[in-house]
This record gives sequence, structure tokens and C-alpha cells, in this order.
Amino acid sequence: MTNHFSNEVPVVLAIDGLCVSYGIIGVLDNVSLEVRRGEILSIVGANGAGKSTLLKSITGLVRPASGSIDFDGTRITTLRTDVIVRMGVTMVPEGRRIFPDLTVKENLELGGFSQPDKKVHRDLLDLIVTSFPRLKERMKQHAGTLSGGEQQMLAMGRALMSHPKLLLLDEPSMGLSPIITREIFSLITRINSEKGISMILVEQNAHMALEHSHRSCVLENGRITLQGPSGKIKHDPRIVEAYLGV
Amino acid sequence: MEQASYIAAQVINGLQLGAVYALIALGYTMVYGILRLINFAHGDIFMLGAFVAYFLISRFGMPLYLVFFATMAVTALSGYLMEKIAYKPLRNAPRISLLITAVGVSLFLEYFCSLRSIFTPDYIGFPRPFEMETYNFSPGGFEFSFTNVQALIFAITFSALVLLYLLVYRTKQGRAMRAVSYDQETAALMGINIDNTVSLTFMVGAALAGMGGVLYGIAYPQINVFMGIMPGIKSFIAAVLGGIGIIHGAVIGGLIVGVSEVIVSAFLSSTYRDGVIFVILLIVLLVKPSGIFGKRSDKV
Ligand SMILES: Nc1ncnc2c1ncn2[C@@H]1O[C@H](COP(=O)(O)OP(=O)(O)OP(=O)(O)O)[C@@H](O)[C@H]1O
Ligand SMILES: [Mg+2]
Repeated sequence: MTNHFSNEVPVVLAIDGLCVSYGIIGVLDNVSLEVRRGEILSIVGANGAGKSTLLKSITGLVRPASGSIDFDGTRITTLRTDVIVRMGVTMVPEGRRIFPDLTVKENLELGGFSQPDKKVHRDLLDLIVTSFPRLKERMKQHAGTLSGGEQQMLAMGRALMSHPKLLLLDEPSMGLSPIITREIFSLITRINSEKGISMILVEQNAHMALEHSHRSCVLENGRITLQGPSGKIKHDPRIVEAYLGV
Repeated sequence: MEQASYIAAQVINGLQLGAVYALIALGYTMVYGILRLINFAHGDIFMLGAFVAYFLISRFGMPLYLVFFATMAVTALSGYLMEKIAYKPLRNAPRISLLITAVGVSLFLEYFCSLRSIFTPDYIGFPRPFEMETYNFSPGGFEFSFTNVQALIFAITFSALVLLYLLVYRTKQGRAMRAVSYDQETAALMGINIDNTVSLTFMVGAALAGMGGVLYGIAYPQINVFMGIMPGIKSFIAAVLGGIGIIHGAVIGGLIVGVSEVIVSAFLSSTYRDGVIFVILLIVLLVKPSGIFGKRSDKV
């Protein structure tokens, strides 16, 4: 994807000097980044680099030690998760975390928990069901019985039920076959282009991430060591060697 | 035939006691389900319920149906405060800290309430709000009887269960409770306010325990600030027996514990009435630690 986000496109998310630690172990060290409206930013990094921690800090599941996070011009650094979700930020967590004992439909409805308007809720559900035909056939099935790929679609559909402006995706391709991975990524690109939802895409599959994002950051041991348009990063010799395994 | 009637009478007595245990066990199981906390102070909320009802009846002569509502409101408020003051600050602390705190809250409630300026350390008589009546039946020569107290206990417990089921399985708040008890982080990502959901769970559990306290006072009219200890432990065992975290498990567990206790004291000796409950606990832990209705053994 080409990077066509000039400085005039408004910034949706701005992170400045973010430091996070678990106890005495520092995990994120002075991370700063920006996401513009309609943009997909990918974050590439090895196991334990701090990618999930970064997404959890944005959604208020982890409290940063210092630094700030602004969404749509509002400081959200210390807000509660459900408040942040209501403002329009949501996350598809690593490992999908669907509710296995609830049906597909109930999972989707939970995703729209914060939507007070019944009609908006119904319309959203209809919309999501039509864009995920695989879920449509399985609405009454227990979510735990879905295949990995279907569960990933359910987790994404559930997140979309909250009508987000910014969607955080944590390793959507985890444990999926190459074919399903491709299907998931084309869904991601479609959601982004059709609905204009900004995204942060965390992936270990660097190849896919760079291919399906406008800009990318490389996170190493809690620091951003490289960032720029994905098309450029893709050809950076350090990245080619370390992450694209040539 | 006489023997059969005697057994039937004891089973009915056991169900009466078991219904009260079931009401207490529900609070244990719901709070465990949502916070993985064994709230040792839960039995003391039951005691508080009995005392509040005692005052409402003896001091204010309040009609019984109002006594239920008022007592449940007071215990629900106590449950709310208990969670906010004692447990909430420890939400991210190790679980053992929570457990120790729960024991502390329990002791605090017992000894604070035994102050003469609060309640009293003595046994006091619970005023019967109505005359006890016994109804006799003899279908085909098989005699059995039950009392209006028992009828009240069964009717109220049953209605409470129906309402609880509707709350948990038919309302948005109930769905939030189930989501939080399954996975707190993901529930928060659904836009669910975790704090409010936890508060609601404590309040519902405490209201049910308060209701149990009123019924207990009516059925066994001697109350004391330490009266919550044994029923609390037994109800906890009932919750484990049914499968902790499972609503209908708590009810079935409560009834089994109540009936076992009464049957053992009728046919063996009342000395063993408490002992048999611990035997039940041992058997559950050895045979199926996840309880009768428990699916996963890793939940406990
Ligand atoms: N709750 C926690 N308590 C303590 N340490 C944690 C916790 N969560 C993560 N960590 C540590 O923080 C570091 C970063 O973890 P994080 O999950 O953010 O990495 P990641 O980049 O998402 O890795 P992966 O690609 O394996 O998902 C790791 O060293 C991890 O062990
Ligand atoms: Mg991760």
C-alpha cells in the first residue's frame, strides 16, 4: 500500500514518550507514534518486544509509568477501558478471546454492549453479518466450536460492533493457515478502505504486515528503532535480513 | 409406613434448612465467579440480615413483606460498601491478600456487631411475625405435614431464584456479569464497566444472604452475631459441591447439604450434623473437585 497521508490528514492517535513496566521490568521505553485518520500503521517486532503491551496501554488495560496518549484530541492515558471503548477505540486481542460458551450472535451483541440505541445496534449487526458471510451461517452456534479463522472473524466483527474510529489488531494471523491469513488480511484492508477506520496492526508476520499497511514501526526491546512508509521499510536491508527472512 | 412418614418429615425439614443455605451459597458462587474470591465475610452478611429484620419487626412492627425489602436493601448496601472499602483497593493484589482481608472483614463484622452499642453478644429471640401453623396431609395413609414457615421459605426461595435467573440470563447487566466472570479484560473491551458489574454482583449476593437471614430467623428463632459462621461455611461447601461459579449448582448443593445435615442428626446423632458436611467436602474434593455441575477441573 502506498502512503498517501499528508500532514493535513488529522491525527487520530498520538502517543508521546510512553514508558510501561511490569513491576521493575521495563517493557516500553519512550515510545512515540502517531496514527492519522484512515491510516493503517503496522507494528513489527519479535516475541516479547512489547507489541501487545503497547496496544494494552492504549486501551487502558495496562497503566503506563509515564508518557501520554491522546485520542481525537482527548487525553486518554488514565481513563478506564470501557470509557476508552465508548470513545471509539477498540482492540481485537491476541488469541481472539471470544466467549466460547456464548453463541456467535451473543458474542457480536456483547461487542455492541455500549451502544445505547437499539436500532443502531441492529443495523450494525446486520452490516457485520453481511460482510462476514461465514458468521452468518453460524449465528446460533457456540463460538467455541468455530474454526480458528472463523473465531478471528468473530473477534473482528465483535470489535466492529462498538463502531470504532480506531481499531487495534493484535496478531490477527496467529495460528492461521496462509490461505486464511490472506482472507483475514483482505478483510482488514476492506474494512479500512470502506469504513475509513484507522488501525494499528501488530504482527509477527512482518511480510503480511508491511504489505497491508501504509506506515510501519519496528519495535525492538520496547523501543521504536525504525519507522516510515511500509513500502520503504520493506526494502530496508536491516528489515529484510531480520524480519523478512531472505 | 410410620418410618416413611418420619423420613418424609425430615427431608422436608432438610429442604427448609437447605433453602437457606442455597440463598447464602448463591452469593459465594457469584462473587467467586466474578472475582475468584472466597468472600469469608459473606456469612456475616447473612447474620446482619437476621439482625436488621429483628429490629424492623420488634422495634418498628414493620409488616413482613416490607421487612424483606428493607433488609435486602440494607444488606445489599453493606455488600456494596464491603467491596468498595475492603476488596476494590486489592483488585490487582495477589489473591492471598484478598483472602486474608476477607477473613479480617468477617472478624470485624462479628466483633463490631457484638458491641452492646451496636447489637449484642448474647443470643436473642427472633420475634415470629406470624403464628406457626401445621398442615397435615395423608394421601393413602402416608402421613406428612408441613408448616406455613416452610411454605414461606420455599415460596420465597423459589421466587428469588426465578428472579436471579432472569437477571443473569435475560438482562444486559446479567450478560455483563457473565462476560466479566469469564474474562475481565475482554469484558472491559466490550465497553462493560467492570467496577459497576462487580458492585452489582456483591449487592445481589448480599441481598440474597439478607433474605436468607430473615427466613432463618423466622424458622430458627434464636439469633446471635456469630450465627453466620457455620451456615457460611456450610453454604460455601454447598457452592463447591454444586460447582463453584454455577448458579443452579449452588442451589442443588445447598439443598443436598441441608437434607444431609438434618437426616444425619435424625438418624445418627446430632453430634455429627456439622461433621457430615465436611465429609461431603472431602468426598467432593477427592471425587470431583469441580463439583457436580462443574465442567473444567481447573476452575477451582
Ligand atoms: N502481565 C505481565 N506481567 C509481567 N510481565 C509481562 C506481563 N505481560 C507481558 N510481560 C512481559 O513484557 C514483555 C513484553 O510482552 P508483550 O506481550 O507486550 O510482547 P509482544 O511483543 O506482544 O510479544 P508476542 O509477540 O510474543 O506476543 C515480555 O517480556 C513479557 O514477558
Ligand atoms: Mg503479543
